[in-house]
This record gives sequence, C-alpha cells and structure tokens, in this order.
Amino acid sequence: MKNNYILYLSILIFGIGAPFLFPAFKVQLSILCVLIVLATTWNIQGGEMGYNSFGNILFYGLGMYLCASVQVGMFFPLAEWTESGGEKTFVHTPTQFFQGMALGLVVAAVVPTIVAGLIGYSILGLRGHYFAICTLGLGVAAGEISGGIEIIGAGQGFTTPPFPDVGSLEARGEFFYFLSFFTLILTFIAVRSIYSTRFKLILNAIRDNEDKAEAMGIETMKYKIIGWMISAFFCGLAGGIMGGLVGYIDSTDVAFDGREMGVFMVLMAILGGKGTLWGPIIGATIFHIFKEGFWTFFLGWQYVALGVLIVVIVIYFPEGIMGWLREKYPERFGEVVDEKDRKAQVELK
Amino acid sequence: MDFLVFQYPMITVQACLDGILLGVLFALIAYGMALQWGVMNIINIAQGDLVILGGYIAYFMYLYGIHPAWGVIVAPVIMYFVGIAIYKLVINKVVDRDLFISILATFGISILFMQLMNFAFGADVVLANSGYGTTMLFDSNVVLPNSKIFSAFISILFAACLVIYMKKSKLGRAIRATAQNARAAKILGVDTEKVYAATFGINAALCGVAGALISITFTIHPYMGLPYTIRSFMIVIVAGLGNLPGVAMSGMGLGVFEEFADYILGTEFRIGSVFLLLVLILVYRRFKLSRKREYLK
Repeated sequence: MKNNYILYLSILIFGIGAPFLFPAFKVQLSILCVLIVLATTWNIQGGEMGYNSFGNILFYGLGMYLCASVQVGMFFPLAEWTESGGEKTFVHTPTQFFQGMALGLVVAAVVPTIVAGLIGYSILGLRGHYFAICTLGLGVAAGEISGGIEIIGAGQGFTTPPFPDVGSLEARGEFFYFLSFFTLILTFIAVRSIYSTRFKLILNAIRDNEDKAEAMGIETMKYKIIGWMISAFFCGLAGGIMGGLVGYIDSTDVAFDGREMGVFMVLMAILGGKGTLWGPIIGATIFHIFKEGFWTFFLGWQYVALGVLIVVIVIYFPEGIMGWLREKYPERFGEVVDEKDRKAQVELK
Repeated sequence: MDFLVFQYPMITVQACLDGILLGVLFALIAYGMALQWGVMNIINIAQGDLVILGGYIAYFMYLYGIHPAWGVIVAPVIMYFVGIAIYKLVINKVVDRDLFISILATFGISILFMQLMNFAFGADVVLANSGYGTTMLFDSNVVLPNSKIFSAFISILFAACLVIYMKKSKLGRAIRATAQNARAAKILGVDTEKVYAATFGINAALCGVAGALISITFTIHPYMGLPYTIRSFMIVIVAGLGNLPGVAMSGMGLGVFEEFADYILGTEFRIGSVFLLLVLILVYRRFKLSRKREYLK
C-alpha cells in the first residue's frame, strides 16, 4: 500500500509540473486528461457492468453544447451569437468568461446525468448487442438532429467564447490544462472509491450473470441506471472542457463524433484492459501517443491506420494490457497461484 | 416545413410509391444481413460500406463508358471475392467470440473501408446516370424515374433467385443446416468453415447488387455506409430472423416512413429520424417483452 502513495504523489507532482516542463504539449496533455476521463468512465458501465455502449458520446456532445450555450447565453443573446459565427461582436470580460465556464460546467455535468437517468430505464433493459446498436443509433441520431437546430449553429457550427485577455499568453493553455487535470483527479478519486464499495461488486454481478443477480434480490435496473448516470456525469464534464479547449463545436465532427471519439473511448478501455482501475488510464495514454503519431506521420492515412488498429486490438488483444499483465504476473494482483497448477495449465494450453 | 402532404393527396401517392421502390432495395440489403446474422451470429457494421463499395464499382463502369446497369452483374462477382477476403482475414477469428468483439471488429473494417474509398474515389457525392427517363402517372402528377422501377425489379429478381438457390442447391441446404445447428451440421459432415465463408461472400454479393442499384437510382458517397447498416439492422429486428416476407414488408415500410419523414420534417432530419426510429423500435420491443419478464436475445 505504501508504494501506491508514492506512485500517486509522483503522478500528482508530474501532473502539476508537466505544463511548465513541456510547455509545447499543454494542449495535448489536456486532451490526454479528457481522454483518460472518458475511458475511465466508459469502463464503469462497459467494463464493470458489461453493458458495452457506443452511446456515451451522447453525453459528451450534450455537455459540450450545454457548456458553451450557458457560457454565451448568460450574457448575450444566443441566437445572435451563433448567427454571427466567428465574428467578435460580443466579447466576454474575464469575470464573465470564468463565471460562465463555471456555471456551464455544472450544467454540462448535471443535465446529461438527468438525461441518462430518464432514458436509462428504457435503454438499459436491452441486452448485449441490442444495447450496443441502440446506443450507436442514439449517438448518431443526436448528431444528425443537433445538426438541424438553428439556435446552436446547425450545420454551420458554434464558436465557443474565446479566452479573455488576462495579460499572459500562456494563460489559456494553463487554465484548460489545470481544469482537465483537476477533472481527471476528481474522476480518479470518484471511480477509485466506487470500486472499493459493494456497488462495484453488484455491477460485476450484473456483468457476470444478470438473471442470477436479479434472483439474488439485487434490483439490477436501479444499479444499472446509477452506473450509467455516473458515467454520464463525467462524460458531460469532459465534453464541456473539450468544447472550450477546441474552441469550435460542430455537430457531427466535434460534439457527437461517434466515428472518432465514440469509438476511441471504447478502444482505449479495451486496449488497457476492461474492468480494471488502471487499464483505461494506461490504454488512453498509449492510445493518445499512437494516435498523435499517426496523425503526424501518416497524415491523410490516419483513419486507415485507425481501422487497422481497431481490428488488430480487438482480434489479437481483447484482454488488454492489464489482462496480459495479470496472466503473466498474477502475484502482483493479489492472486495466490499454485505453481504446479499454473504449469499444468500452461502445458494444457 | 409545410404540410403539403395533407393538402395535395398526390404527394402522398408519390411518397408511398417512392418509399416502396426504395424499401425493396433496403429489404435486399437486410436479407443479406439476416443471412449472416442467422448463420454466423455476427452483426456486420461494415454492411453499408460494402453497399457503397458495390455502388462505386458500377460508377466506375459508368465512367469508363459501360452502361452502369451491367454493374448489377459485375459488382456482385467482385464483391463476392471481397467478402471472402474479409472473412478469411478478420471474421473467421471473431465468429465464435463475444458478440461485442464482432461488432467492434466490423466497426473497424467499416472505418477502414470508408477512408480507403475516400482516398480512391474522392469525397464527392456521385451518381451513375443510367439515362432511363421517367414514367408519368395520374396525369403527370406522380413522377417515377424508370431507374427506380428497374432497381426494384432487379432486387426482387435477385432475392427470388437466392431464395430458390437456398432451397434447392447443396450449398444452400448446408447453409440452412449450419444456421439451425452448427455443431450438428459439423458432425454430419458439413464443412462449416466453408459455409461461413460462402455466407459472407453471398452477403457481400447482395450488398454489391444493392450498391450498384443505389448508384443508378440515388447517390453514393464514401461516408454514407452507416445509415444502410442501421436500416438493415432495423428491418431484421422488426421482421425477425428467417422471416423473408417480413423482411420485404418491413423494408417497404421503412422506405415509406423515410419518404414521409423527408416531406414532413425536412431532408436534414431524414437520417436522424431513421436512427431515432431504431431506438424507438428497440425500446418498444423491450417494454413489450418485459411484461412477460423476457428480454431481446
């Protein structure tokens, strides 16, 4: 246990020092934090509960639009803002910007949670691939429909408020980095404390055999909805931050981007190892490095590489890095291994 | 957003006829999906991308001066081998695994195809002009392009041929036996590996036919694949596996629904309404089954 504290402390120190050590990578590091949040929260219902969703992008996009809308709508007429596009007819003062951002993030987190609770009862009754396809449809439908709504920019897009002039050129990057890093810490603490309660065991019971869990007297529907709501809360928060970071929201390419972000979060969790605490974090980090490499060196071919990567990971590496480590070094994971038994099993294989 | 539909009954007739002719095509794609779903228990997200690829084959014939209608014969032949290749490379490794693995793997194939087509053919919306002209009905109040009638006719022809093939031929019987019980079929000497490959190939060939017809009647674009996958999935879950008349009927129903959604809500909400309908259908079935304490399997 002592080792863990040293690990956490070193990560914390690295996290705080990173933007000053690598000032050129601030935006990349902030995106990495957001990706880790998304992968970790996808893991709550994808990995622990066994409900593989392609639809968490719905909450992410919803959070993004809500945060930007609140930030603008608090001080200026929203319709005129989106009408004017990128032109700076309205300018936020620093106070207005930060107030708007704070309230926007609260709304961006709370509303998707409520939405998840409302649709949860009907959608979480579906199982297996029906759930996966249904959530896929939900994500795409949200993108298509939001692309037709005028007040949030329709197909033309929505420019989020530009960062106000506070004197320093580095302020924007640092603000968004610390915002996303703080969200990451919040998510990690929340998820870690969830994983040490009975709630996690119930989620695992649902994953392993839902009928049996129900027969044991667990109100599975209630826990499934709560699990999805927790996931939605952090997805919305991540979406709100990402909207401000990117600075421009488009319905199908940025917000409800099921083809990119919606698959990324699934892939990151699978790459790292579904159903583990550290898996999605490791997976997201490796994936982000790979992705940036692809995007830089194979520009134009990145989606081809991505498609191949998905197929390869899914076919040859479905257990993920943590699953592989667990098989290799079971003692580290607190599993007592009988050496004779293990050898016999290896021979059987 | 005006409600012309209610003021001019001829528009209703137009939408219905358009929808039915469109729905026949959807039913053809859905038939392929039902086939592979029933036999291999795989949901192929790349279904729509196979359709679009078939469409590009016909479009290229058109570019090189061959009448695109010949694509109906050429596309399935090429697509059959594309299907076999996909099966050998990817699908045979995910057949017995968790369903989510196969969904994700085919999603990867879908992204790959989408982007490769984008490179090879460009991101423009294209169509192969067949030059078939139009048919006027009801004092030229209803206009039907002949290409749509042609495509519906060809789809029905191909579906009928396939049904007869599945009933009569040796491979068809092997496929049906594998769908019923793969293990028993294996014991009785059916080479299930071959059957799976053939099934996937036939599915891809059907997609090729549908794609060629779509490139004649409508437009194709590298990123338009996913809606076709969702449509065929929806048709299959409404009709149920192995219910061929049901697939045809629900395909036409979906076509008519889409045309009306297009008229009433506007074209920008057309794809959105299809995806939303999928969610509504799944939720409806979930509540219907939950009264009997069952769930969709």
